[in-house]
Amino acid sequence: MPLNSVVITGIGIISPLGNDFPQLKKALLAGSSGVREIPELEQVGGLRSRLAATVNGVDPKQIPRKFRRSMSNMSIYAYLASQQALGMAGYPDDLLDSGDLGVFIGSTLGSTATSESFFLDYFRDHSLERMKTGLFFQLMGHSCAANVAQSFGITGRVLSPSAACATSSQAVGYAYEQIMMGRQKAILCGGADEFHPLTVATFDIMHAASTHFNQQPEASPRPFDSRRDGVVCGEGSGILLLESETNARQRGAQILAEVIGFSTTSDTSSIASPDIDAMVKCMQLALQDAGLTVADIDYVNAHGTGTEQGDIAEAKAIQQLFTDQVPVSSLKGHLGHTMAASGTIELAGCVGMLQQQQLIATRNLEQVDELCRGIDHLQQNRTQSVKTILKNNFAMGGINSTIILRSDLND
Amino acid sequence: MTEAEVIELIDSSLAEEFELERTDMTPEANLYDDLGLDSLDTVDMVIVLEGAFDFKIREEEAIRAIRTLDDIHRFVLSKIEQHS
Repeated sequence: MPLNSVVITGIGIISPLGNDFPQLKKALLAGSSGVREIPELEQVGGLRSRLAATVNGVDPKQIPRKFRRSMSNMSIYAYLASQQALGMAGYPDDLLDSGDLGVFIGSTLGSTATSESFFLDYFRDHSLERMKTGLFFQLMGHSCAANVAQSFGITGRVLSPSAACATSSQAVGYAYEQIMMGRQKAILCGGADEFHPLTVATFDIMHAASTHFNQQPEASPRPFDSRRDGVVCGEGSGILLLESETNARQRGAQILAEVIGFSTTSDTSSIASPDIDAMVKCMQLALQDAGLTVADIDYVNAHGTGTEQGDIAEAKAIQQLFTDQVPVSSLKGHLGHTMAASGTIELAGCVGMLQQQQLIATRNLEQVDELCRGIDHLQQNRTQSVKTILKNNFAMGGINSTIILRSDLND
Repeated sequence: MTEAEVIELIDSSLAEEFELERTDMTPEANLYDDLGLDSLDTVDMVIVLEGAFDFKIREEEAIRAIRTLDDIHRFVLSKIEQHS
């Protein structure tokens, strides 16, 4: 059976650095920061980090109430990003319910904010009499995917991968495989997450959240930097419309990039700490899937969250494969860690780099940590020919995922 | 509460919950055809009215027959009268 080539024809972005793809590209290129101090975090006992990369300027009322009633913020972000992706791709309304279009969108959890709100009320008198019908649809694990499918009337396959920081990378990878095999002609894929103090606390209790830059929000996170002190949690949604090349060309759609490789693996060395060999293996499998060698990669977009252990392990893994011959950067210095959305928001950043032929440096990387050396860290944006990009996401739970993008289809 | 006050509390509560335009909320307005509500909304409507008037109505058979805004007004007014 011949396999289909898979291309990206639409990108939708709701992020700490703007609420569409052009805004994201511009902000990344300008070296802007989406991190801010969140004064409300001071009210949370025991929480040391006061930083977050939150979304601004979203009007949920753009979404009809009938659809919005079953949405928490993460589904609102996923809806708006999906709408943008479909619009950019010029995807015809009459094909939404053809069965040829699927929805693969995941999140780390169902809505924690909705859960908190429900239990605050429930614990008053242990009564369920005030519980409204929208609650479950915001709590369920496939809330984003189901809400997007319902709202746009999309009748193909629905999948909701949930693998923390690797969620949307997996969504893209699984969508790529389904389209490659001809099971769907197109899939809206990606991830979404909403900010909640519990996410910050999760990293803070493991000493993996940034706590020393509360008064200088834009100075954190600091991937691979000697003064890095942890993750800055974020939120948002990144949605890509993937299509078979044949379908895209038949529609006359503009092709933004090609997805040519994917791998996802389980790192069983620890549920929390990444293993170098497992990262290397994941990248090797993606290269193998794409039929490439390390010499074919022009740039590596690192997961690079700014944690002590994660950055060292990833730098060493990249060094093992690519030595210092391939430029490397992380976009989390700009965006913070948008969790389940990070894979696709950052992949969108990579598509921007392919379009502009300009690599974006790691923001806040001033002095490379000795233990992260041996790779070509981008500390300044660099104009150069870039055709093939390898992008990593390495998640809590030991879930690794790598995607390979290529700019041109025919050479 | 006067009848007018009861009706105002019903209408304002439903307008807020379901984001309805007050100008559309005529007594004869059909909840489904005119105001665009559906079966999930009617479940939530009961919860909203229970909260607004501090009574329990979810087990009432008469709720199933409600079609218009005026039906709600009459139902709630009769319920309040029963309790007074």
